[in-house]
Amino acid sequence: MSVKTDVLIVGAGPAGLASAIQLKKLGVQQVTVVDREPEPGGTPRLCHHTGFGVWDFHRLYSGPQYARRYAELARSLGVDIRTETTITGWDDENALTFTSPQGTGVLAASAILLATGVRERPRAARLIPGYRPRGVFTTGSLQRFVDEQHLPVGKRAVIVGAEGVSLSAFMTLTGAGLEVAAMLTDLPRHQMYFPYAPAKWWLMDVVHRTPIRTRVRVQRILGRKRVEGVEIRRLDDDGVEVIPCDAVVFTGDWIPENEVARKGGLEIAPGALGPRIDGQFRTSQPGVFAAGNLLRGAETAATSAMEGRFAAASINQYLQGKAWPRRRLPIQVAPPILWSLPNSISADGASGQRKHIAFRVARFINNATMQVFQGAKLLYEQRFSHLPPNETMYLSGAWLTQVDPDGPPPQIRLSG
Amino acid sequence: MQKIYDVAIIGAGAVGTAIARELSRYKLKIALVEAKSDVGMGTTKANTAIWHTGFDAKPGTLEAQLLRRSYALMESYAPEAGIPTERLGGLLVAWTEDQFQNLSNLLQRAHQNGVTDVRIISAEEVYRLEPGLNEGAWGGLFVPGESLICPFTLPIAFATQALLNGADLKLNFPVQGIQQEDGVSHVFGPGEQRVSARYLINAAGLYSDVIDHMLGHYDFTVTPRRGELIVYDKFARSLINHIILPVPTAITKGVLISPTVYGNILLGPTAEDLEDKTNTATSEAGLAMLLEKGRAILPQLMDEEVTATYAGLRAATEHKDYQIRLHGEQRYVCVGGIRSTGVSGAMGIAEYVADLLAEAGLSLAPKPEFKTIRMPNIGEATPRPYQRPDLIAQNPDYGRMVCHCEKVTMGEILDAIHSPLPARTLDGLRRRTRAMQGRCQGFNCQAHVVDILARETGQDPKFLLALDGREVQR
Repeated sequence: MSVKTDVLIVGAGPAGLASAIQLKKLGVQQVTVVDREPEPGGTPRLCHHTGFGVWDFHRLYSGPQYARRYAELARSLGVDIRTETTITGWDDENALTFTSPQGTGVLAASAILLATGVRERPRAARLIPGYRPRGVFTTGSLQRFVDEQHLPVGKRAVIVGAEGVSLSAFMTLTGAGLEVAAMLTDLPRHQMYFPYAPAKWWLMDVVHRTPIRTRVRVQRILGRKRVEGVEIRRLDDDGVEVIPCDAVVFTGDWIPENEVARKGGLEIAPGALGPRIDGQFRTSQPGVFAAGNLLRGAETAATSAMEGRFAAASINQYLQGKAWPRRRLPIQVAPPILWSLPNSISADGASGQRKHIAFRVARFINNATMQVFQGAKLLYEQRFSHLPPNETMYLSGAWLTQVDPDGPPPQIRLSG
Repeated sequence: MQKIYDVAIIGAGAVGTAIARELSRYKLKIALVEAKSDVGMGTTKANTAIWHTGFDAKPGTLEAQLLRRSYALMESYAPEAGIPTERLGGLLVAWTEDQFQNLSNLLQRAHQNGVTDVRIISAEEVYRLEPGLNEGAWGGLFVPGESLICPFTLPIAFATQALLNGADLKLNFPVQGIQQEDGVSHVFGPGEQRVSARYLINAAGLYSDVIDHMLGHYDFTVTPRRGELIVYDKFARSLINHIILPVPTAITKGVLISPTVYGNILLGPTAEDLEDKTNTATSEAGLAMLLEKGRAILPQLMDEEVTATYAGLRAATEHKDYQIRLHGEQRYVCVGGIRSTGVSGAMGIAEYVADLLAEAGLSLAPKPEFKTIRMPNIGEATPRPYQRPDLIAQNPDYGRMVCHCEKVTMGEILDAIHSPLPARTLDGLRRRTRAMQGRCQGFNCQAHVVDILARETGQDPKFLLALDGREVQR
């Protein structure tokens, strides 16, 4: 089975569907979106709480409603959505192999957009010792248990992580009738910033009075068949405590689902772990673009959708003959900066460069000066009174035009 | 009237199931009893998944002899039964001058053990074979026969074939006591359950000493030796081409880095003597030690994601050899102290045990037909169902992906649930199909898999999720 299309999009989440819709609006004939799940929509399908759609549709939707809205819109514009279709590899540079209940085959396209999303790092990948009892979840697996399959998860839970997604886990757990014993973070403060802060205050501080334990780390899972508790270490005094619980939810700590990208030999950006892209969402491989959470871990659905639309514009230009840049420079970041986006600069003029460079840092930093160097030359400096972790910040892209395309890779670092 | 079997085998690990399979070719009534809810649940399921040649066994020992015999038997059995294997070869890397000097002793030992294709190679050749290794190798010993094997499929294959040839399997049957009278052994399980047989085999692994005590023997004590391992993501697979072995010491074969038949990389094991025969927890110190060793051998491995960690217990004893003994007057064979070579040695051990039974007077008359089996392929070396349009055309469920990380289809999951030796637990399903074993560790598919298993077997999901505190019953 072999199919040829203009644009092949891998992943029917917000980034993939928004991109497909935009491509149709731009007049692209054949847009095919494949997804390995039985239904299109991506992660919002699993988030049965409200908070979606304000940016995209100017309406407040639940995750599943939002997912359906995108899928319906795409279908109404003639996007070919193929579910239960798993990409298994690359046939050549512009063609992917797939498996579906209809068989195996090749999907060839003039341009490919990878929008395969993200997952949370599970317990094992965090190297937390102990037995392997039942009752250990990530936010994603928890939501599938509770909202998709309606399975029981336990009575008393501990949430590891205290950022936006952790609040999502909190709502799922309390909605399923569990008590949340505590929320844990190894950082000195929680990271549920705006727009999560009001919901956090109401639900956690007022209604459930759930403690947030800062500067603690889970050092062991207790229990053999079933979780019986977590053993935590206080980072400040090395004290050890046990919190009894029968469920543990590991939240955040994102890893892009980069399997298809890596199988294709696309350059991967260290830190972000997604394909390295320039300001026009172009990867290291001609004709292959990437957008959404695959690039750097989870942002809101609206952010992913917006990236999908930007990528669509870039794809459309490529389809109309815009040359693929022959050279590009990686943008490097130094700790405690975790990643930047875009993370490369193409040497085909500044037209497609972004106004801002998104980045994240690993810890709370006050009075920071971000500096951009190319070799020894300081290109740009910007002060930030406060840089919080687990929150995307934006550095001006004013310096992008000053980068010497023949020079060394520019590096973003924190001064002092 | 209680049925009296010809042979009862205690323990359905690699060794017990291999013995059941071997004996099922004869006209015998066989019972295989197992404490756990599935076969292959002890040392068999948590090890380094390597099929050893026995090149470094102590020459002249029964272990050396049976590993050698087993290797030959497995060479024909594994492909016939569809047990995933990959003959990659082992590369012992000497990191110090002392280790390098020791290679010639190991070469000599391999020759004594009849493993004659090993050779010492230069540092240059080591790096030609394995360009990703850290600097500082002095040289190596190449053992072409060392292979990967699927330790999950192996005991299921043995047991399935035994069942197909008439053996009875009794799961959830922890042995509470044994009585011998009038030439019959009565093996008591929970409640009123009893299995009686004229001949008795103890293949109880970590508990083989306990069973031996029940029969009045105190020949050895099993000390559980914990081995912790780290499984790396499939993207690490391309970092090495062979099984990277350390030069062994007196205590352990040491920490190795090996591919798996599922396309991952294993780092481990640790070796730590414990008292608790159920302590399969990983530890902070153990994992830290493995990371340190791994970094020293293959630095790039540290850049890859960890998929899983686990710990297994080997049945070590105070002896340096298998503890296999025939007690003719009791019509009892003890098959204890199989240490860390049960998967590799099982078929040789089974044949040897059959000989011992014959010596004790059991008549081994072959059945007219010994039925063969073919296991579903869960290895990467040959096409999996999702890669086979022919299978998908027959049944679209083979193209319907349930576990995305390991590419396990609905068809395979349903097959495993409805096989002759069916999966009844999540772990049983994982070992039969690889579902939930991949990089997301069930983030995507676990809930779906629970739902399928509960629906297909009529079990309450609470049982499967161990939420009701009861053991999962079959």
